[in-house]
Amino acid sequence: MDENQEAKAEAKVKEAKLSSTSTSTSTSTSTSTPLFVVAASPHVRSRATVSRIMWLVVIALLPALGGSVYFFGLKSLVLVLLCVASAVLFDALAQKAFGRKMTPLDGSAVITGMLLAYNLPPGVPIWMPIVGAAFATVVVKQFFGGLGHNFVNPALAARAFLMVSWPTQMTSLWLKPGGDPLSGLDAVTGATPLSLVRRASEVAPAGVDPAELIRQANSLPLLKKLFLGNVGGCLGETSALLLLIGAIFLIVIRVIDWRIPAAYLGSIIVLALVLPGSQLTPWFHVFAGGVILGAFFMATDYVTVPVTGKGRVIFGIGCGVITMLIRLYGGYPEGCSYAILLMNVATPLIDRLTKPRLFGALPRVKKAA
Amino acid sequence: MLTFRGGVHPREDKEATEHKSVEVLPLPARVFIPLSQHTGAPSKAVVKKGDPVKTGTLIGEPGGRISSATHASVSGTVADVSDMPHPLTGRRGPTVIIDADGTDTPDEAIKERDYSGFTTEQVVETLRLSGVVGLGGAAFPTYFKLIPPKEKPIDTLLINGCECEPFLTADHRLMLEQPAEVLEGVAIMSRVLGVKNVVIAIEDNKPDAVKTMTEAAAPFSYRVRKLKTKYPQGAEKQLIKACVRREVPSGGLPMDVGCVVQNVGTALAARDALRFNRPLYERVTTVTGPAVREPKNLRVRVGTPVRNLIEFCGGYSIEVGKLIMGGPMMGIAVSTDEVPVLKGTSGVLVLDRAATVFEEHDCIRCGRCIEACPMGLAPQRLNNLIRRGRLEQARAEHVKDCIECGCCAFACPAKIRLVHQFKYAKSELAAMERK
Repeated sequence: MDENQEAKAEAKVKEAKLSSTSTSTSTSTSTSTPLFVVAASPHVRSRATVSRIMWLVVIALLPALGGSVYFFGLKSLVLVLLCVASAVLFDALAQKAFGRKMTPLDGSAVITGMLLAYNLPPGVPIWMPIVGAAFATVVVKQFFGGLGHNFVNPALAARAFLMVSWPTQMTSLWLKPGGDPLSGLDAVTGATPLSLVRRASEVAPAGVDPAELIRQANSLPLLKKLFLGNVGGCLGETSALLLLIGAIFLIVIRVIDWRIPAAYLGSIIVLALVLPGSQLTPWFHVFAGGVILGAFFMATDYVTVPVTGKGRVIFGIGCGVITMLIRLYGGYPEGCSYAILLMNVATPLIDRLTKPRLFGALPRVKKAA
Repeated sequence: MLTFRGGVHPREDKEATEHKSVEVLPLPARVFIPLSQHTGAPSKAVVKKGDPVKTGTLIGEPGGRISSATHASVSGTVADVSDMPHPLTGRRGPTVIIDADGTDTPDEAIKERDYSGFTTEQVVETLRLSGVVGLGGAAFPTYFKLIPPKEKPIDTLLINGCECEPFLTADHRLMLEQPAEVLEGVAIMSRVLGVKNVVIAIEDNKPDAVKTMTEAAAPFSYRVRKLKTKYPQGAEKQLIKACVRREVPSGGLPMDVGCVVQNVGTALAARDALRFNRPLYERVTTVTGPAVREPKNLRVRVGTPVRNLIEFCGGYSIEVGKLIMGGPMMGIAVSTDEVPVLKGTSGVLVLDRAATVFEEHDCIRCGRCIEACPMGLAPQRLNNLIRRGRLEQARAEHVKDCIECGCCAFACPAKIRLVHQFKYAKSELAAMERK
């Protein structure tokens, strides 16, 4: 259809060219006239391009990379580079195999690689990033048509895939951040802060009162650690501070929509206050685990979230609700990535239900029966 | 600050000409005057090959209920009346070609007169026979907007001095150089409509025009309102919303909310028509863009080949990519500079080659087009529907409300030719409705 109309337009242009040249021979003294480009308006475009946007997100993710190297050592840099290199490579191979336009360096595969790495425990064996990156780019992204057509976030889907395939490696190979205890609490070893949310009694060592653990988890020193990032967790999720630096940059230059993280974090705060069974403060829920990374960098992935402002607020709230339900009543300590994946799936429905308001829309009048 | 929802902020690019006084382009040797320069039925030729004409002589009479007259823009001899492709649409239609005699002798009918005793009917008829049409770009016959049906009472006249298209400065210069004449035209139109509420709307990037017009309007009851500089502030529906907070209903016209919108240049043309019985045969247009050596504001005769304007502006400075009749957001790109200036030609913009290549990418659903659309449409979704051939669904999702302002395509990082798609869908739907 598109080609068809272009052909028509071209024919029209040709006709115009022909006739204007014929008049020129009879009317004008000059010899030949250059013919100019004919295309539909507008004739100027904004500076924003797909790859510019993607690379800006890559830049915004860099502070957190620095943090993970600082906290977990050079191994995290190796994992990130491995993830990025594999994502770009598999993206390119898939594009080649499917005969698509080759755009492996448009930045989107680099983001996928980085986000995948950020969602892995820093102690994973080095083959896992390669498998994850292949799944993310080939299966989730290119099988569905490439950038713009995947219906779930590639990095998160790959994380879920690794999680069900190798659950032990994905949930136990934590590294101590710079020698600090994994949980951020001196009394507990071998568990990330989020494990405390529901199983304080299980993770509390003999002789330690679970209630005391909860008290410590809600204390200012732990909150500070959660904010700075020297606690156990996935490679790129622990430092709220470094992630927020990048996120604020993206919000200021209007690459990401602030309404999604606002709705996401806002609903977590509200639910932490009102839901029965939550012994921890809203701040703990916001800064522990992957919520900051998820809310600012994955729930804002254009391709897999609603297109309207209203839809994005609904999306953010949905993410917050599912995250808290999983954390408080589900089988996993963390629900962030499943929350976003589930809301990704709900996106077409949300889009359908949240159309922008038409200018001059007539008020709905009931037809007289 | 008065404004509307949505829109974009393209670079203004008005520096090249906004401080330059309007210069008069020397008379062309030959003019090409298409008889369809306005919205509605084309004029009907009343001259034939060999006829002598004077400047301002009627060459085409109104050809329908919504139509306008067309006049000779130079004195001389009719060289031919032939079918030529229309500069903007490419459709063939009658065009009067006049060889100028170089004397520029005005038609005898053109002389100053006292029109204060004119009835509404006389004013409307004068505008119709003087070929006055909207000079903002769409060229809608002016008289027709001044005779709304009785069931649509008009209480507000909006005078559009926004000139929100980047690059263009013709209206800006008119307001600075001829404020009294513009206001005389405003007075004529407000009298015909019988409205007390007259608003002159100017974007705040033209503080000198706001000042000049405010001073000139002081003796009248007209209000000069400063509007936020945002594209498309000068689009009729957005202008009404910004100034009087009314929304023209979907599929409706300004008269449905008691408003009439006229451009400042149109007001000036109406004044000339009434006061001097001088028909519309010239206009001010901005010749500008990175590929023009010396950008200028020019007073030009309708029918002058664009090449004359370019040559007067020092010619092309670098390789030309696009030649655009109008502004960069809604103007029409033409393939040659032999096309003539029309009544609706608010600018001639010449872009370099680099500015004409945009690589298209698949949609990444960023939502910028939805944020930008001043009509509250979902361009991303409409584009998907049109690509799949689902035109009926696109109609149900209001593609026909698209005003083709170009905000969506401007904002799109994937550089998708959204306006192209919507123009196509609208014309296909119109064709289906005609059947």
